[in-house]
Amino acid sequence: MAAKGRIVWVSGPAVKADGMSDAKMYETVVVGNSKLVGEVIRLTGDVAFIQVYESTSGLKPGEPVVGTGNPLSVLLGPGIIGQIYDGIQRPLKELSKASGSFIGRGITTTPVDMIKKYHFVPTISNGDNVAAGNVIGTVQETDLIVHSIMVPPDHPGGKISNMVSEGDYNLETVLATTEKDGEKIPLKMYHRWPVRKPRPYQNRYDPTVPLLTGQRVIDTFFPIAKGGTGSIPGAFGTGKTVTLHQIAKWADSQVVVYIGCGERGNEMTEVLVEFPHLKDPRSGKPLMDRTVLVANTSNMPVAAREASIYTGVTIAEYYRDMGYDVVLVADSTSRWAESLREMSGRLEEMPAEEGYPSYLASRLAEFYERAGRVKAVGSPDRDGSVTLVGAVSPSGGDFTEPVTTHTMRFIKTFWALDAKLAYSRHYPSINWMNSYSGYLGDIAKWWGENINSDWLSLRSEAYGVLQREDTLKEIVRLLGPEALPDEEKLILEVARMLKIGLLQQNSFDDVDTYCSPQKQYKLLKLLVEFNRRGQQALKEGASLADIRAMPIVTTLLKARMDIKDNEISKLDQLDIDMKEQFKSIIGVKVTN
Amino acid sequence: MTAKGGVQYSKIAEIKGPLVVVDDVENAAFDELVEIETKEGERRLGKVLEVGNGKAIVQVFEGTTGLSISGTSAKFVGKLMEMPVSKEVLGRVFDGLGRPKDGLPDPIADKFIDINGEPMNPEQREYPKDFIQTGVSVIDGMITLVRGQKLPIFSGSGMSHNILAAQIARQANVVGTKDDFAVVFAAIGVQYSEAEYFRRSLEESGALKRSVLFLNTADDPAIERIITPRVALTVAEYLAFDLGMHVLVILTDMTNYAEALREISAAREEVPGRKGYPGYLYTDLSTIYERAGKLNGRKGSVTQVPILSMPSDDITHPIPDLTGYITEGQVVLGRDLFRQGVYPPINILMSLSRLMKDGIGAGSTREDHSEISNQVYDAYSRAQEVRALAGIVGKAGLTDIDLKYMDVGDVFEKEFLTQATDENRTIEETLTILWKIVSKLPKNEITKIKDKYVDQYYQEN
Repeated sequence: MAAKGRIVWVSGPAVKADGMSDAKMYETVVVGNSKLVGEVIRLTGDVAFIQVYESTSGLKPGEPVVGTGNPLSVLLGPGIIGQIYDGIQRPLKELSKASGSFIGRGITTTPVDMIKKYHFVPTISNGDNVAAGNVIGTVQETDLIVHSIMVPPDHPGGKISNMVSEGDYNLETVLATTEKDGEKIPLKMYHRWPVRKPRPYQNRYDPTVPLLTGQRVIDTFFPIAKGGTGSIPGAFGTGKTVTLHQIAKWADSQVVVYIGCGERGNEMTEVLVEFPHLKDPRSGKPLMDRTVLVANTSNMPVAAREASIYTGVTIAEYYRDMGYDVVLVADSTSRWAESLREMSGRLEEMPAEEGYPSYLASRLAEFYERAGRVKAVGSPDRDGSVTLVGAVSPSGGDFTEPVTTHTMRFIKTFWALDAKLAYSRHYPSINWMNSYSGYLGDIAKWWGENINSDWLSLRSEAYGVLQREDTLKEIVRLLGPEALPDEEKLILEVARMLKIGLLQQNSFDDVDTYCSPQKQYKLLKLLVEFNRRGQQALKEGASLADIRAMPIVTTLLKARMDIKDNEISKLDQLDIDMKEQFKSIIGVKVTN
Repeated sequence: MTAKGGVQYSKIAEIKGPLVVVDDVENAAFDELVEIETKEGERRLGKVLEVGNGKAIVQVFEGTTGLSISGTSAKFVGKLMEMPVSKEVLGRVFDGLGRPKDGLPDPIADKFIDINGEPMNPEQREYPKDFIQTGVSVIDGMITLVRGQKLPIFSGSGMSHNILAAQIARQANVVGTKDDFAVVFAAIGVQYSEAEYFRRSLEESGALKRSVLFLNTADDPAIERIITPRVALTVAEYLAFDLGMHVLVILTDMTNYAEALREISAAREEVPGRKGYPGYLYTDLSTIYERAGKLNGRKGSVTQVPILSMPSDDITHPIPDLTGYITEGQVVLGRDLFRQGVYPPINILMSLSRLMKDGIGAGSTREDHSEISNQVYDAYSRAQEVRALAGIVGKAGLTDIDLKYMDVGDVFEKEFLTQATDENRTIEETLTILWKIVSKLPKNEITKIKDKYVDQYYQEN
């Protein structure tokens, strides 16, 4: 029986209602005469404490509160891809039809078009036995996505009857009926799933396949694996959002879920404007055909911001269960944590660090634990993955604040953004000394098998140069560059070349914005070779000035922008040119 | 601000700081407008912060000084706080709550709008990309402003942020268009002289007729400052989206706004976040800053230039910090440059315009704009490193190329950054100086510009 109560107290997004003894924890409720959506977050006697997902201005004590009997859920079925949702899966396009350019309140919509017909191809027949998670057929959702219609994971299974034949059906059509122990259950193209409950899987795999993002500093230096977790903390202006957009654009996953959680409205607009025109480098289709946006901008109600993370990850898990690799980008988990803090404050809970609730760490852990590469439930066998990348916006750029420190405990790749690098316009401003990746060993095999076996050693050699430079910089700062011997000056020169020619990447440049793994490998190899040959040339009597003056230096620095992905054989020519130029300067004998 | 009808309550239970607790309340709504009347008949405005269990907590905008528990009554007006708007607000001066301050009567309202506004639907926004020429080289060339952007000026006490903001307000225009424009200026707790400077500057340039001023000066009630930016933005949105004007909103000083918010939070005994500011400061600020932008199918735009003074010039202080996370970039003034007498004293390395990339290039400014500005950023950053090094090893210890970078730094500051307060440079002039700076470097140092642009624009010495 649904609870029916009335409001006794209102303060911002928090509402108390009495007469709610039938309400369940995390049940969705309808609040007030304007029918706002809320969720029960505490029960005391018959008083329910409710967080309301819409603005509560004008709400009065005495207005009704009605329970729905269901926890906060998302609708999962064809039509999700290409949508932009608010934090509780209401399509923003539908909201604008109801309330215009600004977001109104109390609007009910369906998350996808229930009338639209999809061409359904059954993959099983009448009389077959199905279990939870089994695929019963497919529909083509977008050019890029074949959508598997699955028996819901909480379904008891049974024998199939009344299976429809191949044809066009809408979401409400009963496609088949299952029967078990006399109970008949209809199957449709969609089902609902509670957002706070992870979807089940059969088993998890080790993350051994890299998620290729086309970003050199990520793929080459601090890679993330499919099914892995990563975090990107940085002060404002360090390029968090641009880096996340780059991952959403170029990552080699089949589905991208982008959550704008408490961030700028224009950033979501940018994705909406840009993605339909950008082509996926692998399929050549518009990126929007694989993207779902969840937008709860900073000025939208704070409680829906808390929900947006769970809405997004549940959608990601759904596509994972079809056997897709899904990347979920959450910008920013700090704003999500702040919404927890705000509700916790209204609940008058005892705060832990900086006012955040004591369960901040466990909530973060639960979220990141929903990542993984898994074998899905049911047949046929499907392997899919959810990779989670969360931005963190530490206050004052201070990485010792609670959200950053707790996040670091639950993720394996850490891309530390650095304001100093950003100030000097070194983008992406991922600091190579403070960042790390826990997947390097796991994915080295993939690079070895697919690109070249010396990838890991080249990467270590290049990283070694950067580490040496970091130490040498201190000496230069104190004594000036002339205090160093030539081979160390060459280290500084090579480090500069690595920074400009490899680590930096211009996301607004048509060529440089995406870099294939083959090109990354060749650029890395060229720069490492430059170091080896340069050191050798010094030993053989060449002068540092000659090395610096070689035309190949500038060519190498510009190669990332000048040489397109489909003409990387030109990089082999650069290797030949480099060899020639070194030969010529060693040939010049220094007379003294 | 008009207020009619509603129920009168006389039981004031408690007065603390800016808050009044009213007892035996039966029919009040959250956020509702409240009229407080003293024994002497003086009226003050407030709004409901919390309601329930027969009590309402009311925040009084004009402060509670002089209120007493007996004899004071509270009237719940039965609606949210609204601002009357019409085209006639142009040229008018209002106080911090939106009441006429120029001795003229209330403008005849075309409609009344809830001052809190509603969030723009991101799906309905139009991505901002129209280049605004401010005539200030460093902004046009390096930190480009576009229509619908929110770009704050981070300043410190005593620096020339007002002069800069006034210059932007006078000179800003979109090249080649004759659209309707307007300036909405909100003074939030600033000194009278600063507000007066703006008024005069607008008057001298003839823009006052197209401006709306909201003045809450330092001696006005502090809690009123919560409302001032909101009434200003309500008017700005009306002018932009109902009347199709391009509105530039200047809000100064947002630090005073945040302090008023902290005062209320403390009075409510909320758990504080950093430096005593409430945990929801970010969300609250966003409900102001996000009221900038353009909308699909509507002609106008709201561009915001909020000004805030960083306490102790500290950019990591919660106010600039949270502002920077919401706004689309920041213009940071540097104390060093200011001391050297440079105007405008903008530290470009810490400054940024996030929307620049879409507002510049072929078709709006020039095809080489993005790359030349990247190269100058890089070169100026190198110049700063070289200067630091020169401070240790002396100029004699520098290499030839280091000296060239020193030269770049000097030319940048003297010829590009420095400009008169009435000097209005075109974007072509600005780009020409940028190339002059880069041309101080040998060509092999130019790694961020395509060869074809170098061939076209590099100035051989």
